[in-house]
Amino acid sequence: MSLMNVSSPHLSQPGDAGSMMRLVLFATLPGLLALTYWFGWGSLINVVWAALLAIFFEAVSLVIRGRKITFYLRDYSAVLTGVLLGLALPPLAPWWVTLVGVGFAIVIAKHFFGGLGHNPFNPAMVGYVVLLISFPVEMTSWVAPRDVMAGQQELLGFGTTMTQIFPFFGQPVDGYTMATALDLYKQHPGEIVQQSEQVQLAFGLWGAKGSEWVNLGYLVGGLFLVYRRVFTWHAPAGMLGAIILLSLLCNGLLGMQVAAPPLLHLFSGATMLGAFFIITDPVTSAVSLKGRLLYGLAIGSLVFVIRTWGNYPDAVAFSVLLMNFAVPFLDYYTQPRSFGKAALYAKRDKG
Amino acid sequence: MINLFKRLRGGIHPPDRKQMSAEHPIRLMPFADRLVLPLSQHIGTPAHTVVKIGEKVLGGQLLAEADGHFSLPVHSPTSGKVIGFEDRRVPHPSNLMAPCIMLEVDGDHRAVEQQGFDDFEQVPKAELLAAIRSCGIAGMGGAGFPTDAKLKPRAGSAIETLIINGMECEPYITADDRLMREHADDVVAGARILAHLLDNPGRCLIAVEDNKPEAIAQLRQAASGSEVEVLELPTKYPSGSEKQLIQLVTGQKLPTGRLPSDIGVMVQNITTTVGVFRAIKHGKPMGARVTTVTGKAIANPGNYKVLMGTPVSHVLKETGYQPELSSRLIMGGPMMGFTITDTEIPIIKTSNCVLAPTQDEFGEVDTPQACIRCGRCAQVCPMQLLPQQLYWYSQSRDQDKLQRYNLFDCIECGSCAYVCTSNIPLVHYYRAAKGDIRNRQQQQQAAAGAKKRHEKRMARMAALKAERDAKRKPRRESASPDAGKTETLES
Repeated sequence: MSLMNVSSPHLSQPGDAGSMMRLVLFATLPGLLALTYWFGWGSLINVVWAALLAIFFEAVSLVIRGRKITFYLRDYSAVLTGVLLGLALPPLAPWWVTLVGVGFAIVIAKHFFGGLGHNPFNPAMVGYVVLLISFPVEMTSWVAPRDVMAGQQELLGFGTTMTQIFPFFGQPVDGYTMATALDLYKQHPGEIVQQSEQVQLAFGLWGAKGSEWVNLGYLVGGLFLVYRRVFTWHAPAGMLGAIILLSLLCNGLLGMQVAAPPLLHLFSGATMLGAFFIITDPVTSAVSLKGRLLYGLAIGSLVFVIRTWGNYPDAVAFSVLLMNFAVPFLDYYTQPRSFGKAALYAKRDKG
Repeated sequence: MINLFKRLRGGIHPPDRKQMSAEHPIRLMPFADRLVLPLSQHIGTPAHTVVKIGEKVLGGQLLAEADGHFSLPVHSPTSGKVIGFEDRRVPHPSNLMAPCIMLEVDGDHRAVEQQGFDDFEQVPKAELLAAIRSCGIAGMGGAGFPTDAKLKPRAGSAIETLIINGMECEPYITADDRLMREHADDVVAGARILAHLLDNPGRCLIAVEDNKPEAIAQLRQAASGSEVEVLELPTKYPSGSEKQLIQLVTGQKLPTGRLPSDIGVMVQNITTTVGVFRAIKHGKPMGARVTTVTGKAIANPGNYKVLMGTPVSHVLKETGYQPELSSRLIMGGPMMGFTITDTEIPIIKTSNCVLAPTQDEFGEVDTPQACIRCGRCAQVCPMQLLPQQLYWYSQSRDQDKLQRYNLFDCIECGSCAYVCTSNIPLVHYYRAAKGDIRNRQQQQQAAAGAKKRHEKRMARMAALKAERDAKRKPRRESASPDAGKTETLES
């Protein structure tokens, strides 16, 4: 047997990019379960549909780019993009919405830029924003959570949900959607929130009804990933910290009329999904720990500002994309001082 | 006493697999029939031979004399006959060929009489340094820098801390561990000689990782009552790297581009320390060294006292190497060692380990995936670099960016590649990039030199011409009345 001539180190830790992505996929489960419990089968169907589409678009892109399909599909990055987009979509989003979103995310946001590791923008968020701008009606019709009117409105069964998403199987029904807590907050700030009965229904124990549990699920999954060292605490802590700080400050100083309280911010919309599954995407975030903390802080601040004063009820996708632009800038100014470089020297070196 | 504030930043905990070789006492390896002795076992110019082909030599006899300050003499490890001078492959990552002395071993192991110093404190330091030099002692840790040159006092930099590096943080290797266990007295005595040569630094300590409790116990016993301190440090790779060790012990980070002596620290290797002791006490040159031979493809792993110049093939034969089980052979440890493809290369002063792993130990080389910038490499980098950025810029060959991201601070410890999620051979890229940058710098220097030479030549020519013209002018003027006209035509 001839002897191999390879470069050191010869030992390496087991595992690859695929095992890391699978761990992240696994960590989305609590959130997905909560979504399914509170909002019915829609999210589960959408997630599976989005994952299948992602694999399809990834495979097609790889063929066109002349890459080895089996090797690249094993990194699970496409599946993860699909699943994250599926989780972000409204539970009853029609099939073609998901198709357009996933197609855009995989083909344009990812492969046009050179595939895994080279995309400057988070593919799932690019897909989401394209959909939000193109199909505002479909993208803002959020299904009403379970028990919203004490037995009057039940969740759709599996069959009905399938018909709702894939209308080839039958006629979809109307009237199962309602505004989310963040929508309502924007429309009826302050006192009104306390009074209106219809509005009250959208709120749960401490956040948005149903959504609070979904966010809790993502929080649990996210903390598991921090524990397993898939990513560090810096970016999520930055984002959540900024949201807590700003909402405390504005809620306290300016009152309920202007800004929602911290708990509502943290446990509604896509806060936790964003904090633990979107902004922690290593490819599109800053590289140094300080950079990641700043990246999270900036996204949290943008989310708060857009939610409070912007035109859209939620803002995670926009904030993430805006900060994706700023990543090279953050990287440039947050290069850690390497071993043996004096503080002064590092500064002069950077100039 | 472990100072938590001086903890190593970064680093990894690879499986150490030291028990495979650590439990057997050091065994003497039977002599090979032939030894290959490179004239340069260290950085510096090769030594030049003082023996002839066919000459019979004794163990310890001088074979080649040092040539210049950074060169070291070569001695015969045992008795035998010089059978030739050849260019042979020597242990080097690039399969380098170098001039070697070929020695046929007679097996009698007769040695020349050697004289050491009984009480080194009574001997002038210059004489001690000369003894270390004439015994050919070099840093056995890595670069093989001549030890006497390192010990020579430098103006304005008194050594306050002398560290004997017994960390041995590379997995698999146990040569220093065994040496410390079995020859703790020699290690301590060597440390005392080194301390004496450095005008007794305030601290003189032997640093050992806490995964070698027996070595620590032996050293503590040997060092009791002396000024030598034994320091137990937590096990983490690469805390035995010079810069990291200095930080662990003194809390100081060695500034880039400086030598440890600039901040009053000196680090010496265990084998070197023992070598210094034997050179001073017995006047003995380094004829052999302890080498770890290990890996699952070796039937009898352990530590062996191997004569310098013993071919690796002989080492493998004597230890029961099973070639059908192994796909690569490594000189050095699994983290920083290099693979060898020619087993005829010799054991030299810096050969601390020969590693023959099986397939299931190291396995196939994984196909690298795309870098997803997960940042694990940056978290384990002991130099606090950003390996993912260095990888990115080494792919695009952006040499300015590479230097701005401090490529040349990389110590090539391999921690980044060890943890890499995408199985990218990161260190390989850094080595290539460093080579590219050095090449470019050399080319630029060469070009600048050529330009300067050219300019000088042009100036010289112009001066010559001016001189010639100046001489010619009066002559011409006197020869013909209309010389001025001719000159204008000429020019």
